Amino acid sequence: MTAQALSATRSARRRRWSAGLALGVVAVLAAACGNGGTGTTAQNDFQPVQQTGGSLTVWVDSTRLPAAQLYQKQHPATKLDIVTYDGDANGSNYLQTKVSLFNRTRGGWPDVVFSTQNNEVSWAVQAGFTAPLDKGLIPQTTLSGWASGANDPCTVDGKLYCLRNDLAQTVLWYNASLMRQWNYQVPKTWEEYQALGQRVATEHPGYLVGTAGDNFTPEIYLWAGKCGANQITGPKAVKVDTTSPACTRMAALLDTLVKNGTMSTSSVFSSDFDKNSGDKILMLPGPSWFGGSIFQESLKTPKGQIGVAPMPQWAGETAPSVGNVGGGTWLLSAHSANLKDATDFLTWVTTADDYQGQVAPGYPANTNAAKSWLAKQSASGYYAGDVAAPLQAAASQVWPGWGYGQFSQEAIWAATVTPGQTAGKTIVSLLPDWQKAITDYARSNGYEVSQ
Amino acid sequence: MSTAGAPARRRTFWPGRAGHLFVAAYVVLLIAFGVVPTVYAVYFAFTDAGDRFTGLSNFFDAASDFRYLSAIGHVALYLLFWLLSLVVFVVGLALLLHRLRSRTAGTALRFLYYIPGALAGAASVMVWLFMLDPSVSPVSFLLRAFGFDTFGQVVAPGNLPVLFTMIAFWTGAGGWIVVMYGALNNISPDLLEAARIDGAGAWQTARRIQIPLLRKWIVYMVILAFAGGTQLFVEPQLLSQASVGVAGRDYSLNQLSYDFAFQNNNVNTAAAISVELLVIGVVVAGIFVTRSGFFDAD
Repeated sequence: MTAQALSATRSARRRRWSAGLALGVVAVLAAACGNGGTGTTAQNDFQPVQQTGGSLTVWVDSTRLPAAQLYQKQHPATKLDIVTYDGDANGSNYLQTKVSLFNRTRGGWPDVVFSTQNNEVSWAVQAGFTAPLDKGLIPQTTLSGWASGANDPCTVDGKLYCLRNDLAQTVLWYNASLMRQWNYQVPKTWEEYQALGQRVATEHPGYLVGTAGDNFTPEIYLWAGKCGANQITGPKAVKVDTTSPACTRMAALLDTLVKNGTMSTSSVFSSDFDKNSGDKILMLPGPSWFGGSIFQESLKTPKGQIGVAPMPQWAGETAPSVGNVGGGTWLLSAHSANLKDATDFLTWVTTADDYQGQVAPGYPANTNAAKSWLAKQSASGYYAGDVAAPLQAAASQVWPGWGYGQFSQEAIWAATVTPGQTAGKTIVSLLPDWQKAITDYARSNGYEVSQ
Repeated sequence: MSTAGAPARRRTFWPGRAGHLFVAAYVVLLIAFGVVPTVYAVYFAFTDAGDRFTGLSNFFDAASDFRYLSAIGHVALYLLFWLLSLVVFVVGLALLLHRLRSRTAGTALRFLYYIPGALAGAASVMVWLFMLDPSVSPVSFLLRAFGFDTFGQVVAPGNLPVLFTMIAFWTGAGGWIVVMYGALNNISPDLLEAARIDGAGAWQTARRIQIPLLRKWIVYMVILAFAGGTQLFVEPQLLSQASVGVAGRDYSLNQLSYDFAFQNNNVNTAAAISVELLVIGVVVAGIFVTRSGFFDAD
């Protein structure tokens, strides 16, 4: 080593030493602040913060933006600060991410939040974010106005932590004009449904009887088929069985129809589906919000064509069952300094006829609003035939064996089954992988998993 | 009264103060957003939620997660593609640019290379998401020629390392091409002329003179690109959102860290992964610096 290099090393060492000292000082400082980091205590007794009033911060997705705007228009005295976000769609976890940051900085929480997901309370209660609604904030007479079971996803340890916005019970949407024109009968059983799919494949190739390309495909078909992939048995316990006969039978039906081309593998929201399949839908099993969101808004199917029938059942089935795709929830922040206005907004947005009955795209979870919503749908003349009876019947037939855990079933299906489908594998062959993925994700979220 | 002496005295009072002021702004930001968070992360990595020292338990937690090994594999494969393409194409394009006789064409090309890098990172990734969707892409004919008819087929798991490399190259390489071009301009014209007189062609000049003289710049680029590459996040995260979760979720170590922090509310394990990335980056930089004689005086 040359003298020059030696002195360079020495001075580098000196520099490193002083840098080490500086780091040490910072470490001590950081350690001192470190205690402030874990502001997430389980919330047993709700203690409101000091009520100082002021403006309400409301987070909504773009579909619910008109609700907040309408409230603002009707209640000019309350100042709303409306923020749009992705609504946590597809299990994006945006809300949870933000709340966990707000918990660290101890500020910034929105007063009221809309989420498209109905499993938010599974983390939000633990994070101390949601206020219990049935302990003095909203009267029981109001709460009893919800459809039976609608607020189950909002209930933790017997307390209600959110309000369901809409129900997302699945039904069979179909094109009544085409059915009549081709002289087909709307299938009542899954066997008839499959047989019709096979007829369509030969008689009218290119037309669809459904799509299996969405993240919520399992919620439409496998949930309705009583497949026990997501049996939440306790606050942190889940039973996962994706290879039972109930699952394989429905998966095989999907595989058959995918193979003959009558079941699409594109998402109803994809540009691809809109462009190539939008006007080729004979039937489309899906949630109640398909009517407004998919047929009216995104596909712009003309008036008078789309009808609603009950979800098919397996032949010999005595207890009809349907699936459920979302159905958003409204959460009230436990940190709100204006609980009075926040509660008023929450009550209005979930029950008011002006919004839920007249404007909302989905089937309202509040029974009175639902009646008015159904009347409006019928009066609009958009649908062929009666939509009220099948939707109302389906509302109480959602199979209760599928729960609302903290991990997103939609995200798991998307990452596990969809790429396999794209690569040409059958859903039946992917069921064990699906099982493993659910198990892994459930465990990483702290769930006890039984098979 | 003489005013001429005063500024001279002040100048000696704080020599180089302009330089210090320029650096000060950077140092303050470096401490606030670089050093303090790093130290904070190290602190988190060795403690639990109750601020108790836990040794390596957070590191074990991270390593035993079912996504950990696959994330390492993904990042390693991506790094291989990314670093190779960066070294080969950046040096190649810079050499071509340097040989260009036309000044205006050279300036125009340099500007062109640099544009994507000037767009904010996330925005340029968004551009790619459009490019890769056959139903909206302006180059859908190319995608179809490769047999991709839907976005789902384009983002099949096997294609991801190549896609991320393409995106990262397009958004990040332009700046490096300009840097390399600058370095090439620093090579004495006498040296290049001597080579030409000795009968060296373009290829031999590049191989025997220009690339050896660029070595430090290449090492510098590789060190920074390696550190950046191990922190792969924006590309898979945005792709995951664009493909509604079909591709790119839990793809990289940084995403796993993000999931730990914000989905499982486990900042300590998240910090453990960040510290691992820091250690890997420092070790690899150390190897490159010592093996290449990076700090040797010329």
